[in-house]
Amino acid sequence: MSDKPLRIEDGSVSFGPVEVFRHLSLEIARGEFVAVVGPSGCGKTTLLNLFSGFLKPSSGNVFCSGRLRTVYQHDSLFPWQTAAQNIAMGLRDLQSDAERQSELEEMLRLINLEEFGGHYPHQLSGGMRQRVELARALAGATDILLLDEPFSSLDYLTRLRLRRELARMLQELPRTVVLVTHDIEEAAQLADRILVLTERPARVSRELLLTIPRPRELTHPQVVETVHAILAEFGLAQD
Amino acid sequence: MIEKPSSSGAGLLPLLVLFVAIAIWAALWLLKVFPESVFPSPLAVAKGLGEEISTGRLSGDLVASLFRVTTGFLLAVVLGIPVGLWLGHHARARLAFLPAINFFRSLSPLAWIPFAILWFGIGDLPAIFLIFMACFFPVVLATLSAVAGIPSVYFRVARDYRFSGVELLTKVTLPAIAPEVITSLRVTAGLAWLVVVAAEMIAGRDGLGFAIWDARNGLRMDLLVAGMIVIGVIGMVIDRVLMKLTKIRSIRWGYER
Repeated sequence: MSDKPLRIEDGSVSFGPVEVFRHLSLEIARGEFVAVVGPSGCGKTTLLNLFSGFLKPSSGNVFCSGRLRTVYQHDSLFPWQTAAQNIAMGLRDLQSDAERQSELEEMLRLINLEEFGGHYPHQLSGGMRQRVELARALAGATDILLLDEPFSSLDYLTRLRLRRELARMLQELPRTVVLVTHDIEEAAQLADRILVLTERPARVSRELLLTIPRPRELTHPQVVETVHAILAEFGLAQD
Repeated sequence: MIEKPSSSGAGLLPLLVLFVAIAIWAALWLLKVFPESVFPSPLAVAKGLGEEISTGRLSGDLVASLFRVTTGFLLAVVLGIPVGLWLGHHARARLAFLPAINFFRSLSPLAWIPFAILWFGIGDLPAIFLIFMACFFPVVLATLSAVAGIPSVYFRVARDYRFSGVELLTKVTLPAIAPEVITSLRVTAGLAWLVVVAAEMIAGRDGLGFAIWDARNGLRMDLLVAGMIVIGVIGMVIDRVLMKLTKIRSIRWGYER
């Protein structure tokens, strides 16, 4: 398999007269955690749709090698299934029942919801539901995780907690990750590389690299420095 | 928000209402507000009901009516849900058929009675036909609107987890529409029960509808009211039975959000 599982070569996307991307090129390396930030409506979600194959580029090429799953903002768990059944969807490819069962228990343990496997999504809090979403997407043998503002419907403290949990989960289950977010802190706390997009037609106006390991303190100098750099990019920094 | 009763005796409240209603009925009878020949006493009705039960006529009529309702209703469900699924998934077909479906849904099924008799004669068939005509279009409409309203994110998730074909239908589409469809089935079953009485009055030789029509012709107002009571009670029972479906754990989400 390629060591660049996600690639866009000279991709352009337009919806009628609206040009979202013009000749965009992008490569994401295996195991890399890339965050994409940018003004709302600039095409962050469109980028994920390109990777997932949900959308074809108007011109150019998109390559995606490996099994891919998306975590959405909210309410994409199947409400007619329990938390455990939802997570078990991610384990459909496993052959033996015993293996599936032990993997399922492992995933529930990983998100600290061992007691809640039999609960339906509407019986869980918003934070618990997003943890189940993460577990479902990380369960089984997958390669790529697309995160479409996965924590944006949660309150601030829950968001902080889930960032830490995601970092911990990825230590145990490494994946190639693309996170789309409008939360600059989230990007700086989680990503190896941050792409800052401009207004439409979007291009990458700045690329920032972070070298410190996860989970990271929100107050770590490199995180703070990165947040500042992104704010500056949006013209929002006070010097 | 509907106020929830808190005291443990709340279950007795409907019985209290029933008792008061019978008391008012008895008072009207005692005061001779209406002539006795057209206003039976509660006691006469109770006796009439006992008579109908002991002669076995009631059970015969009940079985006849329930058979017609069940057959017509199930036929409408078995055909209506697939048609609704298909229309829900195909926007162009929906555009083509929706006005026709709304037309037939708005047409009182009783308007079909003359044709029902001309085509199917007297007995089970015309009643089943009328019940089918009453139920089929609402079931189609409820199913197609439920399908069209499934959040598209469920299908994207299904794609991520490689559901396709029959599995997509049984594991995503059907569970996603179940709560809405069950609600419509409750309404539709009530409709079927309304229609069977009217159908049997005109195109029947037995059944509860025929029984009350027969009682009217024989000027047996006690039997007429007894028949009305049975019809109302059975209607309540049918709704109770279908309401049980909403208690299924994998369905409840549709009513609790």
